[in-house]
Amino acid sequence: MAGDALHARTLTELARGLEAAEFTAVELTEHLLGRIAATGGALNAFITVTADEALAAAAEADRERAAGRARPLSGLPIVHKDLFCTKGVLTTCGSRMLASFVSPYDATVVARLREAGAVMLGKTNMDEFAMGSSNETSWFGPVRNPWDAARSPGGSSGGTAAAVAARVVPAGTGTDTGGSIRQPAALTGTVGLKPTYGRVSRFGMVAFASSLDQAGVITRSAEDAALLLGVMAGFDEKDSTSLDHPVPDYRAALGRGVEGLRIGIVRQHFDAGLDPACAAEVRAALGALEDEGAVLMEVDLPHIDLSVPTYYVVAPAECSSNLSRFDGVRFGHRADDPKDLLDLYCRSRGEGFGAEVKRRIMTGTYVLSAGYYDAYYLRAQKVRQLISRDFLDAFAKVDVIAGPTTPTPAFALGEKTEDPITMYLNDIYTIGANLAGLPGISVPCGRAGGLPVGLHLVGPHFGEETLLAAAHRYQQLTDWHRACPEAYA
Amino acid sequence: MLARLQLEEREVSDVVSKLSRIVAFVDQLQAAPVDDVLPMAHPLNASQRLRPDRVTESIDREAIQANAPAVQDGFYLVPKVIE
Repeated sequence: MAGDALHARTLTELARGLEAAEFTAVELTEHLLGRIAATGGALNAFITVTADEALAAAAEADRERAAGRARPLSGLPIVHKDLFCTKGVLTTCGSRMLASFVSPYDATVVARLREAGAVMLGKTNMDEFAMGSSNETSWFGPVRNPWDAARSPGGSSGGTAAAVAARVVPAGTGTDTGGSIRQPAALTGTVGLKPTYGRVSRFGMVAFASSLDQAGVITRSAEDAALLLGVMAGFDEKDSTSLDHPVPDYRAALGRGVEGLRIGIVRQHFDAGLDPACAAEVRAALGALEDEGAVLMEVDLPHIDLSVPTYYVVAPAECSSNLSRFDGVRFGHRADDPKDLLDLYCRSRGEGFGAEVKRRIMTGTYVLSAGYYDAYYLRAQKVRQLISRDFLDAFAKVDVIAGPTTPTPAFALGEKTEDPITMYLNDIYTIGANLAGLPGISVPCGRAGGLPVGLHLVGPHFGEETLLAAAHRYQQLTDWHRACPEAYA
Repeated sequence: MLARLQLEEREVSDVVSKLSRIVAFVDQLQAAPVDDVLPMAHPLNASQRLRPDRVTESIDREAIQANAPAVQDGFYLVPKVIE
């Protein structure tokens, strides 16, 4: 079989290979399962590997193809962040609380990809309950960045990002509440797409902050992101915040190019907080788009500096409410020998949650408590409105807003764990899109100190086609997305 | 405690110092000009969609309770609540 670098191919390239009968889905699955096993110890990207289920699904995909009944993603490999519920498979959310939780149902995202023929290879490591920007809060230990094992791959979707960057799998799902898809994508040199809030169903995603959470993908090319989004997107009766908006043909939009595209640059996104080497790479990428006919102009987001503090009121408030369901009674971790019901609740939660999750729950209960609700939560919701309005005003003048995805390239494991604020500021450029519900994409655009740098594009609501087209055009001009970390080539 | 979280003695000082920093950080919001601004609950300012209150599907009780720490005859077991 064409064993030479099956793992180096993108999803789109693999689809062509399967169609041309160059290899079978079973051969592909076996090859990638071997890759997962070989890199498992070094990366710690997986919490669960579903080898048997994957091989069975691949065999079925081969039978369907042979019978002329291939589906859109037949036989194509996928991994899921371990906060998507997967029927009959462990769904831990990176937490001791759910360390033995086997979901009785599938998340809508999982079901849609499965029905389209995708083969799930496993569930990926993540920050506990998606609360973290470095993957260090996982109960299952940190994920390592394939570009430098002493560094973080970012988070919270760090397992998926590391696996895609290391050519272990071509694509996987993630979720993004404040940057949890785009930030790890930037730090690992992959493409990370966070769709518009409500574009993809949240049903079956373990909830962190319900007004911010959105499911998306991490891939190596914008083309692959378009392929997967087309399957994942769409109205879902089971998610009360799902929006009923037609799903366009994202792949058909890829050829639009950037001629005449108005790109807004936000001054604050290039201020002193940005690493100069990252700034140079992002400016070069913008220059490349300008050469292709895009028009660069400055835009103002007057309240954007308040996005991180706003987020750290709204997200913990929603998290404290969502995580109140973990009580040690119906599912999840339970403490031994509770002396009464209160002791059962307090100790089960005290033992089941890690330090970062506890901090956020406590912050959330504080900002929602009777004496502080108006001063913190209500005020943050109003500032959120101001930040959103700024974006809408900007999108009256430009088609996309572009800048760096993160202030620095990948940082060392342990470097930011002692100061929560430093860690939170990692998401300074990405959080605005979550607050305003906007789609965003990170595309690899260079290197700083040998580490990947991400270009961040944000669009208006339901502007995914524009983002994907711009990212695709950029990837036709450059080959940053084709670079593989040396240890995994 | 409000959050129903028991902390170990050794965790307390770390929690206090980090929470103080977080609260000081979010206090930046106090200076924001928010008069006459409506609070935003949904990022597209959409209202919550409602549906008729009908059973649409059910999951097998045994499958659900397989995840429970302690069950008996379909009931969840907890420490004695009423003496």
